[in-house]
Amino acid sequence: MTLLKPYISVEGLNVSYGKSLALQNITVQIPEKQITVIIGPSGCGKTTLLKCLNRLIDLTEGVKLSGRVFVDGVDIYNSRGVDPTQIRRKMGLLSQRPFPLPMSIYDNVAYGLRLNGLKDKVKVHAVVEHHLKMVGLWEEVRDRLKSPSWNLSAGQQQRLCLARSLAVEPEAILGDEPTSALDPMSSQRIEKIFLELKSQYTIVVVTHILRQAKRLADYVIFMYMGKLIEHGPAHNIFENPKEPETQAYIRGEIS
Amino acid sequence: MRFRRLKDSLASRLMLSATVFSALLVIVIAVGLYLKSRPVLSAQPLSRLLFSSSWHPLNGEFGLYPFLMGTLWVTGVAMIIAIPLCLLTSIYLAEYAPKRVRGIVKPMIDLLAGIPSVVYGLFGILLIVPLTKSIASALGSTTNGYNVLSGGIVLAIMVFPVIIAISTEVIETVPYGMREASLALGSTKWQATKLVVSRGALAGLIAAIVLGFTRAFGETMAVLMVVGNVAKAPSSVFDPAYPLPALIANNYGEMMSVPLYGSALLFSALVLLAVVFLFSVGARIILVRVERGYQVG
Amino acid sequence: MDRRRLEEKLFKVLMIASTLIVVGSLFALFSAIVLKGAPALSLSMITQTPQGGYYLGKGGGVLNAIVGSLYLGIGATVLALLIALPVALFLQKDYIGRSRFATITRLSLDVLWGVPSIVYGAFGFIIMVYLGIRASLLGGIIVLTLLELPIMIRALDEVVRRVPQELKEESYAMGATRLETTIKIVSRQILPGAVTGVLLAFGRGIGDAASILFTTGYTDRLPHSLFDPVASLPLSVFFQLGSPSPEVQQRAYASAVILLVIVLLLSIFSRLLTRRFTKYVIR
Repeated sequence: MTLLKPYISVEGLNVSYGKSLALQNITVQIPEKQITVIIGPSGCGKTTLLKCLNRLIDLTEGVKLSGRVFVDGVDIYNSRGVDPTQIRRKMGLLSQRPFPLPMSIYDNVAYGLRLNGLKDKVKVHAVVEHHLKMVGLWEEVRDRLKSPSWNLSAGQQQRLCLARSLAVEPEAILGDEPTSALDPMSSQRIEKIFLELKSQYTIVVVTHILRQAKRLADYVIFMYMGKLIEHGPAHNIFENPKEPETQAYIRGEIS
Repeated sequence: MRFRRLKDSLASRLMLSATVFSALLVIVIAVGLYLKSRPVLSAQPLSRLLFSSSWHPLNGEFGLYPFLMGTLWVTGVAMIIAIPLCLLTSIYLAEYAPKRVRGIVKPMIDLLAGIPSVVYGLFGILLIVPLTKSIASALGSTTNGYNVLSGGIVLAIMVFPVIIAISTEVIETVPYGMREASLALGSTKWQATKLVVSRGALAGLIAAIVLGFTRAFGETMAVLMVVGNVAKAPSSVFDPAYPLPALIANNYGEMMSVPLYGSALLFSALVLLAVVFLFSVGARIILVRVERGYQVG
Repeated sequence: MDRRRLEEKLFKVLMIASTLIVVGSLFALFSAIVLKGAPALSLSMITQTPQGGYYLGKGGGVLNAIVGSLYLGIGATVLALLIALPVALFLQKDYIGRSRFATITRLSLDVLWGVPSIVYGAFGFIIMVYLGIRASLLGGIIVLTLLELPIMIRALDEVVRRVPQELKEESYAMGATRLETTIKIVSRQILPGAVTGVLLAFGRGIGDAASILFTTGYTDRLPHSLFDPVASLPLSVFFQLGSPSPEVQQRAYASAVILLVIVLLLSIFSRLLTRRFTKYVIR
């Protein structure tokens, strides 16, 4: 199944917190410029796997990790001289609950740029405007760019977070159940944006909504109790699941 | 059942009275001090009491200016020393320290809070007074060691536990999502910490500092033992000072003999109460805003 | 890129240095006092009262102060607890609700917490003059009760607040009154934290000097009645320090060591109790 070029490649990944094993021997490849959806019942390790991809897992205390994760050919855990902050820049993150930073709308998007040293005001403004347009927020906020971000609705906040992530020009976007806190209309808008973005970015989304997975996925990874049960092109997984657990999940028997 | 309800309402009445009693206590204290201050307040205009440097109680002159300045100087030095040290320590404990280190250091700092002020005073005499003496001579001044700096250093150490305890808690309360959002954009841990501290925890940190200031302001015994007790407004950190609490403590014996003297001392207590009142209310207002919190969504 | 790393390294160093300074001052304090005071510590120090000429170098000990401080501390703590517990329980939403009264009460308790001990002393003095009480054990207990009250209320309030509302609702759902819920459920939940709070207040009361300066008087004898003046460890330290004789001055440090030991024991004890009792508390 390697007609699709992998952007991320996971080999033999094991993650444990203290005594409990969160991920067991995960080996999978995530194709470039497609939407890969990770599905599975709650507690199966989907979020843990996602956090391993941009090394955000490093911050949890007491975590032990073994195995390899290659991003664009580079082993992000074991190579010498690899800088986690650079890895994270390559991958934008959209969390479950929208988390706008406590500053103005403009500053939210500009934050990442300023972190990386961009100071030219004109350039910053251009980038901010471009990405707000990309997520369809520009028309709604153009006349209140300096107002606090927390006055936006949840859906707008999540789009703001997306714009913020896109502004630092990542190669991939990771989403941890990004629409679970949003109303149906806002969820739909985010999904639409993802579908538009996939031509430029590799997108990995964790979701527990089967219907959303069906709408978005090009490639599906199904996990259960920390193990990788099945993975493959969306059509195959949804129409012809091979493993019993996958079949049970698709039928809605386990959730 | 009725008997149970009766017990409940009786108990709740008792509890209400205890609460009302406690709530009124501040007012009772304020009123009591005010009544006893009236003699000196009617003998001298308020501006003279607060701004005159002439302190000759036996002649009826009660200029509190030197003592107010003494208090401000000592408290100021203490805060200048304490604030950076406490903020850095709190950030370290909340964001960087491994669990084991946190588990050992936090109880130690709490221990500092329980040490009686006389013991701090002894510590000051043993170690701090000679210290300031040598600092002064290294810088070309002379002092016998009993000065504002000694008072300030001792006071700073006394205030560490208050500020650190609240600050650490405030920083830890900032939701994890903020750090994650920053890191996901490619920031270093320190950049994320700066964001958390400067945006998420700022109000709470200010409240912690204000509360520390309140504690420092009223501290009596330890400062009294190292600060020199000379009734003249200090003009350098190597000058002795005479803070307001020390004034009251040293001269309480006079309260009965010279009537106006007692009134002046109780007026000083009233001034202390007023400052503490303002700062406590201020800190609480800030903390309430923090608790209402950073609302997402 | 390099500047970011440099800044991070610099601040890490500063942070660790600050922490070391803070913890180091604790050690410096303990070592200084213990080193200076330990040589003068003897059995007679803690078993005898000052004999004639004690302050000039002759024999005796500070039993008067030790016993005095214990009487003062225990008396004040018990009295404060009798008031603080009902107040802390009343501050629950079940009783006080979200009224204006609640806000004002909490605010005034905050102010009370910040009031310097010297102001409590001054106020206590006024009360004593008004009631015609001399400087005595009773006077000291009254003032220390006032001093410990806000500390205890705050500590108890924090523990009471942590009792999960669902737990209380289970009790109400079975028809229990507020009083019954409080006695049977809340009190059990708060036990470890409450003990810590009480010991904390006790430690504060026993160590304070400014408030009892004018309200307890001083004596070389053991207290016999509530209306006699009573010695206390903090004041004993202070007065011995003022003696011309260096031996007596050293005894001041020894008395300070005794005080420190009491405070340390309280702290360790309360931590052990908390750890032990927390097993029975529902989260």
